[in-house]
Amino acid sequence: MKSRIPVVLLACGSFNPITNMHLRLFEVARDHLHQTGRYQVIGGIISPVNDNYGKKDLVAARHRVAMARLALQTSDWIQVDPWESEQVQWTETVKVLRHHHSELLRSLPWKEGLDQGKVDSPGPAAVPELKLLCGADVLKTFQTPNLWKDKHIQEIVEKFGLVCVDRAGHDPKGYILGSPILQRYQDNIHLAREPVQNEISATYIRRALGQGQSVKYLLPDAVIAYIKEHDLYTSPGEE
Amino acid sequence: MENSEKTEVVLLACGSFNPITNMHLRLFELAKDYMNGTGKYEVIKGIISPVGDAYKKKGLISAHHRVIMAELAAKNSKWLEVDTWESLQQDWIETATVLRHHQEKLEASSCDQQQDSPVLERPGRKRKWAEQRQDFSQKKSLEQTKTKGVPKVKLLCGADLLESFGVPNLWKGEDIAKIVGDYGLICITRAGNDAQKFIYESDVLWKHQNNIHLVNEWITNDISSTKIRRALRRGQSIRYLVPDLVQEYIEKHSLYSSESEERNVGVILAPLQRKTAEADT
Repeated sequence: MKSRIPVVLLACGSFNPITNMHLRLFEVARDHLHQTGRYQVIGGIISPVNDNYGKKDLVAARHRVAMARLALQTSDWIQVDPWESEQVQWTETVKVLRHHHSELLRSLPWKEGLDQGKVDSPGPAAVPELKLLCGADVLKTFQTPNLWKDKHIQEIVEKFGLVCVDRAGHDPKGYILGSPILQRYQDNIHLAREPVQNEISATYIRRALGQGQSVKYLLPDAVIAYIKEHDLYTSPGEE
Repeated sequence: MENSEKTEVVLLACGSFNPITNMHLRLFELAKDYMNGTGKYEVIKGIISPVGDAYKKKGLISAHHRVIMAELAAKNSKWLEVDTWESLQQDWIETATVLRHHQEKLEASSCDQQQDSPVLERPGRKRKWAEQRQDFSQKKSLEQTKTKGVPKVKLLCGADLLESFGVPNLWKGEDIAKIVGDYGLICITRAGNDAQKFIYESDVLWKHQNNIHLVNEWITNDISSTKIRRALRRGQSIRYLVPDLVQEYIEKHSLYSSESEERNVGVILAPLQRKTAEADT
């Protein structure tokens, strides 16, 4: 009997702020991979982007990391990793994947749940795979000229793999068909369906906060408390 | 005499809450922001009133659990509470009756507070004016407390409830009239145009349109209880769709399964049954 391939999911993004929808991505992706019968998700990593990414309204990385940490307090399998945010400059996603993959290989006691037989001599099946987790909107950005290097896209889908969660208004199958690279490696692109449409964008959250409106139940209470305590997102165009 | 006092409002949400989800809780937050934002109202309380088991809806699990889950969900809120009156009744209770129950309750406790009405003591006012008014104030304070001081209960709902007014035999015409005429409706909807059209096409809703507040929900938040139950049957995660405490409670008590979903199959929904019974007499 074939043992399942252990998988760690990595999500890169602004997390500005982290929302229940971000957290759902992990849950939906995990369920999907388990459903295939081929994978065992053993961990999740949230990697908030570096401040030097230069995105509008991005609050300081230390806040975004702290909020993610608070959001994940009650999760027993997802963690936040500040490595990307602590680099001197913005780091391409493929490099973040490479970094976390080598970290993963270095700390191989992640063998819980694997077949006993594989422990002594880790064959290819026992080595955890690191997959990039994203929403369908990110898959679409592969098409944006000059945003991603072609060779990076290739490395991401060939060497690592993608788990892409549905998002309303997007057509992930169409994006794959429209790109030769994605088509070639489509077996390594997993399209997960989120049955509960949940469009909690961080943009909406920031706007609501700026207008003094409630965001309760859209993100964890602990994150809302942190936002209030540190006066984040109090006005549109927050630096 | 200042007349710029805001009307105090209590939001009442009736429903199965089978189970309660983050979406239900959001309805309250959106409604409160909206009503407070008009400058005319002040939302002072939100009441979650789970329906009684006698409603006989398919898949409806015991009120006992639904009430506890609602209480767990409301735990971290400063203004939401759960009321069990409706769920404890033997027979199914029409929504208009639940509204009346809560409005009467508010009026009763408001009368008790009337004794301390500040209208009777006005140290800052001009003496002459105060003396003139003293005669009125004793009598008027009673009425004033009733018209301005008593909070008003309003029914909070999603567009599905509004549109269910159109389902034959589900609602009594006179109840719909009472709900929108005597109390008021706050309806959270994504499809504002459809809701407006629905109101336009109904004489009774049109008549009381000023008492129907349509609040736009800009983000799609489709966390229906049906989908939650389905996910649970399929072993899928419901984390971050319902409060953590609710998710833990469901897991601990294995509340939803294919068996629980079969409850009340073949049984006629209580309001429809009542309509048939009344037609027969």
